[in-house]
Amino acid sequence: MITRLARRRVVHPVLIVWLTIVWVLLWSDLSLANVLAGIVVAVVVTTVFHLNPVPYHAAFRLRSFLALLLYFVRDLFLASAQVVALALRPGRIPRGAVIRVQLRGHSDVILTMTAEITSLVPGSIVIEAHRLTGTLYVHILDADLVGGLDAARRHVLVQERRLLYAFARADEIAEAGLPPAPGWFQRTPTPERAAHGGET
Amino acid sequence: MSWTVVADVVAALCFLGGSLLALVAAVGLVRFPDLLSRMHAGTKPQVLGLILMVVGLALHLRRAEILGLLMLVVVFQMITAPVAAHMVGRAGYRTGRIRQDLLVRDELTIDLDAAHLHAQERAASGEDRGGHGSGRPDPARPDPA
Repeated sequence: MITRLARRRVVHPVLIVWLTIVWVLLWSDLSLANVLAGIVVAVVVTTVFHLNPVPYHAAFRLRSFLALLLYFVRDLFLASAQVVALALRPGRIPRGAVIRVQLRGHSDVILTMTAEITSLVPGSIVIEAHRLTGTLYVHILDADLVGGLDAARRHVLVQERRLLYAFARADEIAEAGLPPAPGWFQRTPTPERAAHGGET
Repeated sequence: MSWTVVADVVAALCFLGGSLLALVAAVGLVRFPDLLSRMHAGTKPQVLGLILMVVGLALHLRRAEILGLLMLVVVFQMITAPVAAHMVGRAGYRTGRIRQDLLVRDELTIDLDAAHLHAQERAASGEDRGGHGSGRPDPARPDPA
């Protein structure tokens, strides 16, 4: 009873810092009063709307993060170009599909981030996610544009790999069956193509 | 040509590009045939369009104190747009608004049906066990009597 109460009262420091930053940014004014007000608001919000703590012990690899970011920006433009092309082409009905993608990692946070990114990159939107099995159900806008459903499945796994390399611990990467994250001057390994035969 | 003019020209291009993307998103919403493909129009060009607008605003206003606010707009848009699309897609499935004839493959319906069938079978066998004892004997559970 006491431990449960104690656990409920613990507010996550990172969450408090983030909410305070958001508050200060919203007011666009960095003053002591604003920061203090932000901390008060953050503490009140996190205690009134209590969130379950997310078990996550992050790692951060700058090289993989930069790669993730660059690919993401490129994908963002590609995604828009693709929808623009499909929306403006006369008389073409996109051949949609819904596919099941079994992710390799076991972290809820990585699953969430993979789902978010998958919805922003070309051709795919996550419409259902199974947390326990680590499965995403992804709608493909046009099966021909992405080069077939297997290619679409591979795309999602590539996003997950980039996220794992940027944010997951080394043991999580090994658990997902991936080679260790690349160093600064190595090419990123692409195990999807090699491992693909065994995946589906 | 001073850098403010350059910044204003780039800002104008960003505004144009952003507006065009928003327009195309609207066209896509009208032209795409079903709910799920419309969600693509609602997330992708719309998000990039908003990002271009925000970049244009930053270049045009050139005030350091609003940069953070503009970045927040982009961050929250990128977090919420996929979640919104996910919720709409999910609701579409749950209420049977998905047009199967437009999908070349639908593994979610296959899996949902399988899960549904499995649940029905379990419910049926549970009824048998709890029935009047005249039900079929369950080979997995020998009759205690």
